[in-house]
Amino acid sequence: MADAIAERSALARFVRRRGAAAILFLAPMVIVLAAVAAWPLARTIWFGFTDASLDNLPAAKFVGLRNYFHVLTLESGRHYFSGLLVDPVWWCSVWNTVKFAAISVFFETVFGTIVALVLNAEFPGRGIVRAAVLVPWAVPTIVSAKMWAWMLNDQFGILNDLLMRLGALSHPVAWAASPDTALAAVLIVDIWKSTPFMALLILAGLQMLPADIYEAARVDGVHSVKVFWKITLPLIRPAMLVAVIFRTLDALRVFDLIYVLTPDNAQTQSMSVFARQNLFYFDKFAYGSAASTLLFLVIALVTIGFIRLGHLNAESER
Amino acid sequence: MDISRSLSALLLAAIALLTPAGAAELSIVTGSVGNDLKDTRALLAEFQQKTGNTVDIVTMPSSSSDQFAQFRLRLAARDADIDVYQTDIIWAPQLATHFVDLSPYVKDMASDEFKAILASQTVDGRLAALPMFADAPALYYRKDLLDKYGKDVPKTWAGMATTAKAIMDGERKAGNSKIWGFVFQGASYEGLTCNALEWIASQGGGHIVEPDGTVSVDNPKAEKAIERAKSWIGTIAPPGVLAYQEEESRGVWQSGNAVFMRNWPYAYALGNGEDSPIKGKFDATPLPAGEGEQPAGALGGWALAVSKYSRHPKEAIELAVFLTSAYAQKYRALKSSRLPTLRSLYDDREIAERQPIIPRWKKVLENAVARPTAATGAKYNEVSSDFWTAVHNTLSGEGSADANLELLKAQLLDLRGGGW
Repeated sequence: MADAIAERSALARFVRRRGAAAILFLAPMVIVLAAVAAWPLARTIWFGFTDASLDNLPAAKFVGLRNYFHVLTLESGRHYFSGLLVDPVWWCSVWNTVKFAAISVFFETVFGTIVALVLNAEFPGRGIVRAAVLVPWAVPTIVSAKMWAWMLNDQFGILNDLLMRLGALSHPVAWAASPDTALAAVLIVDIWKSTPFMALLILAGLQMLPADIYEAARVDGVHSVKVFWKITLPLIRPAMLVAVIFRTLDALRVFDLIYVLTPDNAQTQSMSVFARQNLFYFDKFAYGSAASTLLFLVIALVTIGFIRLGHLNAESER
Repeated sequence: MDISRSLSALLLAAIALLTPAGAAELSIVTGSVGNDLKDTRALLAEFQQKTGNTVDIVTMPSSSSDQFAQFRLRLAARDADIDVYQTDIIWAPQLATHFVDLSPYVKDMASDEFKAILASQTVDGRLAALPMFADAPALYYRKDLLDKYGKDVPKTWAGMATTAKAIMDGERKAGNSKIWGFVFQGASYEGLTCNALEWIASQGGGHIVEPDGTVSVDNPKAEKAIERAKSWIGTIAPPGVLAYQEEESRGVWQSGNAVFMRNWPYAYALGNGEDSPIKGKFDATPLPAGEGEQPAGALGGWALAVSKYSRHPKEAIELAVFLTSAYAQKYRALKSSRLPTLRSLYDDREIAERQPIIPRWKKVLENAVARPTAATGAKYNEVSSDFWTAVHNTLSGEGSADANLELLKAQLLDLRGGGW
């Protein structure tokens, strides 16, 4: 009896000690995260509810939801709406960003899968090819954006020159000049740059697949196309989902490519470009903070959506 | 000339006497368009030799809109790493609170400065920055091509377009498939605001926002001016001009692929450089105007401001004074055809000989139109951005000038609210 009590209190002590140790080990991480992530985020959200100006941040006063939505009744009795939620420029940038994210992630997934399948096959020099494929990913985005900007230039660009020599174009295209071609240019560069990343993650998934399933399929004489759709794809889906989430989050906060490659105006800007413009270029720090807050919410919602989707998939398979 | 030079030397000596012994390490941000960096480096070498202070150059992106955002961020953070800023003359009202009042250091040159430029740098009685060089655009034209086709230098926009078209068609028929009639700055940034303001002002269509604060941009003359510019795209101007800043348009021009170009005077010296294919084949003239109207060039220019947060304000002021002195201004005029802000230099014989464009530009500068910075104050950037967006939309075919200017007017009135 006494033994049992002693044992239980020893267990309790152990649990307590473990708890204390856990807190001790977690503390540095929590403090660092709070300092570099939570605090700036909280400040940004707070500034979104104030009239802050970059020149005098400490003097910011609380103004409620004015930056998001504000109704002004004019003398004539007419109502005038202002604020981020009714700002067409903001919604245009949201739409641009979503469009960019959807198209780029779709193509990157398709091309990434193809590249991963190729790299998964045995062939001489595979190591070198694997390393070479990663080069676009390794180049800093701003550098590749500038590089492509020159390649896409209408007068000196190599791309127009090549296409004209091949007879695909009759006159040079000014890629960066109009909103439509600018989006195409941004997509080309982003897909060129991020496909290796996708391929790498999917390749990791491919290499974990058990060989015996494929052997069984071969013994049964299943066509290789069917093998891909029925075996490979379902099995690498978890890896793919992770890759897609990463890329989507990246794509939703796209800044550098759009900033360098497109005319910096309302037709082409992304959410991040919009936020930066208001934060630093215009005298509207509070408005820019509100935009950053919404940008954060959009990304959070998309992430939650993806994770939900992942859970549902896992459950339906069970 | 020699008097102002020795005066500035005297001033330097006086400042040097007041400075405690010991060299300071200074940082300066300067422009990187054309030869700017090279000139600044040469002048800094002299400064370092004279004073023993070392100066670091921090380079910035060539787009002035990008520079402004960087400056504002650094200054708001009270960044002490940069002592001297090269600022666009339109920024003074927005950044003045972060800069040292330089009025005590300009006294002996104040009467020689262009009044409009000095006034643009004076905010609430304080001089935010010392004028470094002025800018007023020119219409560059290819003498050889105009002669070949027997054309006169155009005085009106319509005349410019007709001449450009005729020469372009002729040259293309002769096998030069790369030639275009006219290049300007059509990317959506501050440069387009300058270009479009010139089109509108030289058509008698006002200055976007007038000095008294009224929004004047939505008028038939302004519409006509912008619609006319739209008609150039794809006919005499390459479609890519909608993404060109100064250096892109100069790239086309200086490779010999344009008959006309709208650009600042710096392109004059570069076009006559040793390795330039169009050396000696071109000249510059004031911009065209609408029928029966006066030409209008946007008043531009750069100035040097000293940060309040500098750790070595004395040396930094000394540096700013040196780089804006008559001596430095003459150096830049000779090397890079940068327009001096001191009127006496326009009568300088050496400058007249080596950069003939400069004496001719005195009158252009005196009649240049200012962008509405004074009227719109801290909101100028947004006004300008709304304006260049409306113009860029029209040029790229997103809506007519009529519709876009009407929207612009509503946006500007909204932005103005109770007052600028």
